[in-house]
Formats: sequence, C-alpha cells, structure tokens
Amino acid sequence: MKKPVMTPTDAVADIPDGATVMISGFGGSGAPVETVHALIDQGARHLTIVNNNAGTGQIGLAALIREGRVDKVICSYPRTSDSRVFTEAYMSGRVELELVPQGTLSERMRAAGAGIPAFFTPTSVGTPLAEGKQQQEINGRMCVLENALHADFALVKADVADEYGNLTYRLTARNFGPSMMTAAKVTIAQVREVAPVGAIDPAHVVTPGVYTKRIALVEDAAQEEVLVRQGARYP
Amino acid sequence: MSWKDHRLTRNQMAWRAAQDVHDGAYVNLGIGMPVLCSAYVPEGRHVNYQSENGILGFGGPPPEGEEDFDLINASKGAITLAPGASIFHSADSFAMIRGAHLDIAMLGAFQVAPNGDLANWSTGEGGVPAVGGAMDLSAGAEAVRVLTTHVTKDDAPKLVAACALPLTGLQVVDRVYTDLAVVDVAEGRFHLRELVPGVSRDEIQALTGAPLAMDDVKPLEAPSL
Repeated sequence: MKKPVMTPTDAVADIPDGATVMISGFGGSGAPVETVHALIDQGARHLTIVNNNAGTGQIGLAALIREGRVDKVICSYPRTSDSRVFTEAYMSGRVELELVPQGTLSERMRAAGAGIPAFFTPTSVGTPLAEGKQQQEINGRMCVLENALHADFALVKADVADEYGNLTYRLTARNFGPSMMTAAKVTIAQVREVAPVGAIDPAHVVTPGVYTKRIALVEDAAQEEVLVRQGARYP
Repeated sequence: MSWKDHRLTRNQMAWRAAQDVHDGAYVNLGIGMPVLCSAYVPEGRHVNYQSENGILGFGGPPPEGEEDFDLINASKGAITLAPGASIFHSADSFAMIRGAHLDIAMLGAFQVAPNGDLANWSTGEGGVPAVGGAMDLSAGAEAVRVLTTHVTKDDAPKLVAACALPLTGLQVVDRVYTDLAVVDVAEGRFHLRELVPGVSRDEIQALTGAPLAMDDVKPLEAPSL
C-alpha cells in the first residue's frame, strides 16, 4: 500500500496537546530537525517527549522545550556540552525527567512494537533507577521488571523511503529510529527521497513499510549537529 | 615538582588502556575518555571497537574538515569506520551489550570502590543526572575497565573505600587506568600495578581513598601523546 507523502507541516498537524511523541536521534545524528520545527510551529503543548537526549543548542528538541511545549522528557542522557535549555527547564521544575538506562529505553520501545508488555532485565539492579520496580531472581540473577514504552506519535529521520514506506537509514543516524517506528500509533518518517516501489533492495530495507504511516519529504534536510555548531536558533 | 606535574594526558591514558586489549577483542568504548582508545590499536592486533549508538568496528577521528556527524561515537565525536564494520540500531546494539557478547567495556567514573562498585552517572542532589548506556554495559560486558583521573578537580580521591554517589553497577570493575596509576580491583582490594615515575608510593596512597596493595609495581610509561 502506498503511504501518504506529506510536508512536515501536514504530517504533524494532528498531534494533540498532551501527546507522547518519540523523536529519533543520538545527539544530532538522526534528529528529524525540520519535522520537530514543524511541531513547534503547530503549537501542541503539554507533550511527553521520548528521546535519547534532551536537546542541544537552540534548535530542534531544545527549542521545543525552550518554547514551553514539553511537560516531561523520557531519556537516558540529558546532559551534553550544550544542553542549557533542558538544564534550566529541569532545575526550575518546568520539565519532569524520567531517566532510563539507554538499553532499557531502546528495549522498552522494541517490546512495545513487538507486543511484549514487559520484560525482566539485570540492568540497574542495586541502583536508584531500580527503586520502586518489581524485582525477581531469574536463573540466579536479580532482574528488574520494565514496562513496554508506547507513544502516540514518532518523528523519525530515515534516509530513503519507497512509496510503500520501506525505509533505509544513513550510517549511525539509524540509532533509535527502527524501534520508534514500531512503538508509536502514528509514525512519521522524515526522508530526503521517496523512491519508486522496487527501488530499494528488499534485503536492504531496515524498517518494513508496515510500520510507516506517513512520509515527510525534506529533500534538503539539515544535520542537527552541524546546525548547532553554526549557532543556529529556531524560530 | 608536585605529583601534578607527572600526570598522564587523556590521550596517554587512552593509549595505556588500549595496550591491554587483546587481539580479536570486542570492546565497547563509553562516553568521555574511553572513546579516545579508538585511535590506539597496538601494532599487529585486530580490535573491534563497539559504540552503543550502533557500530561494531570503528577507528579514530577523520582528518579535520572530513567529519560526518552521522558517523559518531558515544561522545558524539566524528569517527571513521574500520574495514569490515557493521551498523545496527540501538535495540540491537544493547542486545549485543546486555547479552554478554562484548569482552570489555571501557567506562568513565566518578567513584570506584575496592569491591568493584562503580558510580558514574549522578553527582547526587542538585545536578542533571545522565546514565546513558553505563548500567547496561556494567550488567552485560565480560570485563569492565575504567578510565578516570585519579582525583577530582578538588583533589578528592575517586578510588574510595565505598561509593558515596549513586551506583551504576555493583562489583563490576576489574581494572582502573588513571592519570597516575594502573590499579586492579580484585578480592575486595585495590592493587597498585603501575605508577608514573616521579610519584612516590606514599603520595599515591595519600591520593587514594582506600588501601593500595603494592606487591608488584611497575613504572607506568606512555609515549608523548
């Protein structure tokens, strides 16, 4: 089935206040910055954002937080060389933080997409991040029960889509994209090219089209890290 | 001269840690100093460096001006791919990490204790905590080695009798590379293995928060880097 190819603006138009939104990226690598900027323009508030980090500089997720649209961030590593926007919002109590070990974060999304409601992991046992969670010894090792992490929307930067929504990714910009594409009800793949059906070798498809609900075409997409280093600001 | 004049540079610490990586090893390099190890593979060895964001097989940074920030290490620094590299998504990367497929994890630290406890994600109340992949790496790697300065900016020991800061992993650290020493963590004790020339045993003990066994101590020497 052919998937709708849209502008970022149209792709994010129905994201409501209070939505949980996954945003791909490891730092600026894989961050769908144009689609995040469309979400800023759209104006939705009280968002819960799932990302590995919590924004850098004054663009993308950092700008979404700075504009007061985010109530809560679920992430593994909110402290970077230029994460002042999140730090200020967090220290002043404007944004809540749920800190999740990175492997648990990605596995919670993978589980959500795979129909696994929860799983046991040895990660975080004996640390403050395991407090309040059910624990059980399995094969002689203590484990923590972690719940699947679902979202209403996912904004994911892929590289090329075909018309059926099969996706490839560029280098390590892949990171959290494939898991997020499975874990959200409405998935938006931002791509630089929409190729005809059959143009991607089936063995090279990373995200099969069944997971792709919308394609946001941005032919001249920027790389977020490069924008940050240029001192860019949005809006 | 004070002990401060004999400290190794960050690159020398990474070089020293890389010398202990055996031929054929699969080694995760964590955020901070550990990622510097990718520039130092000992001659004649094949080492597979893994990065949590989804690479197996990477090398040092590219020449200036050739950076591609879609090809980065855990510190978000631009790197190069090694021949035979593979790229995969985060859930697969952490399956590799948690599933005990990696021989060594190199991590940074705020504090390490003689029982192998590691604290490296939170400075306690008041700051922004950041755990990243450290807890998964502590739980999953066969060996955990730490690269850290020997003391904090305020000269407080980072090798301590017991971690006061929130823990990352329990009883996981095998060896610590500092800017002054190489210290093994075994049988509930710190064992001083190497010490930079110019620093005395009394001085290194005074900069360490728990007793150092000193049965067999060699000089810690590294090339200028």
